[in-house]
Amino acid sequence: MQAVPSRISLEGIVKTFGGFRANDDVSIHVAEGSIHAILGENGAGKSTLMNIIYGLYQPDAGRILSRGREVKISNPRQAMALGIGMVHQHFKQVDTMTVTENVVLGLPGRPVLNLAQDRKRIIDLAQELGFDIDPDQPMWSLPIGMQQRVEILKLLYRQADLLILDEPTSVLTPSEIKPFFNLLSRLRSSGRTIVLITHKLDEVMEMADRVTVMRLGRVVANIEASETNSRELARLMVGRDVIFDVTRTPPRIGSPVLEVADLVATDERGLSALNGLSLTVKAGEIVGIAGVDGNGQRELAETIAGLRKASAGTVKICGQVADRLNPAERKRRLRMGFVPEDRQKVGLDLDSDIAFNMVLRSFRLPPFSRHGWVDFAKIKTHAKQLAERYDVRMRGVGQRARDLSGGNQQKIILAREMEDEPELLIVSQPTKGLDVGAIDFVQRTLLAQRDRGTGILYISTELEELLMVADRLAVIFNGRIVGELPVSEATPERLGLLMTGKAA
Amino acid sequence: MSVVGQPSVKAQTPSGAEPRAGRVAQSLIKFAFMLKTVWAVLAALILGAFLVQLAGGRPVAAYSALFEGAFADYYGISSTLVRMSPLLLASLAVIIPLRAGLFNIGAEGQIYIGALLSTLVALYLPEVLPSWIHVIACIGAGALGGALWGLIPAALKAYRGTNEIITSLLLSYVAVYTVGAVLHAWLMEPGAPYPYSREIPDALVLPTFLSETEAHIGVLIAVAAALVIAVIFRQTTLGLSIQTVGHNPHAAVYAGLDVKRLTLSSFALGGAMAGLAGAFEVLGLKYRLFDHFSPGYGMQGIIVAFLAALSPLGSIVAAFFLAGLQVGAGAMQRTTGIDTTMVEALQGMIVLFVAIGLAFRYHPERWSRRVAAWQKPTQGE
Repeated sequence: MQAVPSRISLEGIVKTFGGFRANDDVSIHVAEGSIHAILGENGAGKSTLMNIIYGLYQPDAGRILSRGREVKISNPRQAMALGIGMVHQHFKQVDTMTVTENVVLGLPGRPVLNLAQDRKRIIDLAQELGFDIDPDQPMWSLPIGMQQRVEILKLLYRQADLLILDEPTSVLTPSEIKPFFNLLSRLRSSGRTIVLITHKLDEVMEMADRVTVMRLGRVVANIEASETNSRELARLMVGRDVIFDVTRTPPRIGSPVLEVADLVATDERGLSALNGLSLTVKAGEIVGIAGVDGNGQRELAETIAGLRKASAGTVKICGQVADRLNPAERKRRLRMGFVPEDRQKVGLDLDSDIAFNMVLRSFRLPPFSRHGWVDFAKIKTHAKQLAERYDVRMRGVGQRARDLSGGNQQKIILAREMEDEPELLIVSQPTKGLDVGAIDFVQRTLLAQRDRGTGILYISTELEELLMVADRLAVIFNGRIVGELPVSEATPERLGLLMTGKAA
Repeated sequence: MSVVGQPSVKAQTPSGAEPRAGRVAQSLIKFAFMLKTVWAVLAALILGAFLVQLAGGRPVAAYSALFEGAFADYYGISSTLVRMSPLLLASLAVIIPLRAGLFNIGAEGQIYIGALLSTLVALYLPEVLPSWIHVIACIGAGALGGALWGLIPAALKAYRGTNEIITSLLLSYVAVYTVGAVLHAWLMEPGAPYPYSREIPDALVLPTFLSETEAHIGVLIAVAAALVIAVIFRQTTLGLSIQTVGHNPHAAVYAGLDVKRLTLSSFALGGAMAGLAGAFEVLGLKYRLFDHFSPGYGMQGIIVAFLAALSPLGSIVAAFFLAGLQVGAGAMQRTTGIDTTMVEALQGMIVLFVAIGLAFRYHPERWSRRVAAWQKPTQGE
């Protein structure tokens, strides 16, 4: 089958969580000394698969072969013993320790340290890979790109020759990416094998020898990178059979309810996230924001909602400049609802009850309170009505939000953000982590709201979902809208290219 | 109290009427869990009894001396009440910011600055006002001093992200020595053997509410403050806002709450409580400002808050109990010769057992399964 011997092979791997098939009969052969990309959207099952190789999960069925020998990997330690190492998206490092200490930390069988010797070997190892490192620097003082290299050094120091890299470029700045690719090439030429988990097409085309495309837990293609192109990969990744099964009426479009002009904002690390983004949403339409995760979606939603400060540009809601208003004022005065991406960390106070969460953003206003006094009876009856209308499954409105399922938590947020008939609704990844029934409920609710005349900005990384719900699509790439098109003209191929910045 | 009987009840669940008996058993178990703090205190007292034995005393005699001294007679109770006042106020100083997720470890410093400001107003505000207004001004100055001192760590937290645990703790030392310095430099009564100020005018001494005792009305104000704080947390938007910040600061921002301002106001409100404690020590008890006048009320306030599980109402009970232990310690030493430090050991053990108790939570599902399991074998017979 293959000329080069296989470094690691997965055969018929199945992994289910509850009723959900995260991996469904997955077979992959990774050739010795190659760079093998695993490509797929969020939730395609890439990470689950890698966690299986790394011994964090046990497969329900299937087998793993390391250099042709069947192995059982029940924890990361065993994976390391087989020469398998993984760099997670979030590094596992101790910030206050030096590079040397971080590399040596946790090495088995070393009751007495000889850091001076380790220090020298680390310098040599880095030089072998073509970069310099100061092993005495504390971790926190290094740029992210260098921290990532330390992470790789850590694995090599433990004699790993199969490196699994989970979305390695997602943490890098654009200028750090090129050197990182050089490092990968060197690793390959030194005989190491690399598995690159990614959803970025250009990386695959540039670096990988072979590509496995995954979709919904299954392998949809196993191809040589030289025999394919971004177009085909985009189509494979997104899937050609997009299902339109939501009945929808043509939109009755009104005047603009959201006008964003030349918006500039930075993310938590101070890197630019929005680079002069402009966008308009009119009453009665759903505008979908499509894009690969991490291209400014979260920052866009938060800036419009008032949770993040823009460094330049304006946000107009219903014709009024919103820049100086806080999130509650935008909701109340400008009639803007916001369903945040992280419903547990931002959208809800999990330790309070359902009733309070239903008024989380309005409990300081009449009729729920007067002159600083809270009317709990009103809050309770209000919550009961909403819970019934939005079909929240619960024991009672006094139940803690923490004890509800994700779908029911989302219903609380939707109920709260939609009950006062907003003119504008920002929804961010509203179906993330929900089961099929809850997804259906959320989408139908939003469509009904649109029919009542609300303008909706729908941000999602799920293309199928956008194609189903949105009237118009705007593609975000690198903090800018790189293309807008009516949903009728949107094909996954075209979107895929826009999403990866390949087409204007 | 029927405390001792309860644990055995669940084992003796009658077998006949299963669902009903099961429900009763389960609610008893739930109740037992609610009394966690009581068990912790009892455990500490039992362990304390062994300590008394080790020290060569008789536990029963020692404890009865302790509790009689604290709670059994008129003067004992009045002393306990007087002691309760600063403990209760200091615990409120901890509870209010902690509800917002902020640790005020510096109640001690706020007490000192409150006492200082209160003394200054008592001694230097010209006596032109009616004395009752002057007294209120003194009390207000105490609250203001505590609030201002509390605002320092709060502002550093809100605008600079500085850890409020460190700053509030360290500012306590600054406060204690500032009071010392001010006393030495200006306030100290000439010829005094020890740094203390002049006595405040008689007209400004707080009235007492139990005749022939030291029980000043500061005690009543402290209890009233606890009630007010309880109402704030239960009934007002301010309380709910603070609570939301404490639960989830991100959700609080999303809700449109001004987290910075709530950080400041919860610390200021807490500091004001501690400042009141300082004012009452001067106006109600000592009539002067003494150097090092507080035996660590600020830190003991943390113990009280912890015992009360951050409930302002629970604090009243906890502060009363802890004050009783401290007052009774003297009586115990006089009659049985057991050293008063025994009570400090007891306080430490109470904290320890309450902390252990935090590890035990009532899980309804788990217990209903267990109760069902107990009932099964008896039915099979």
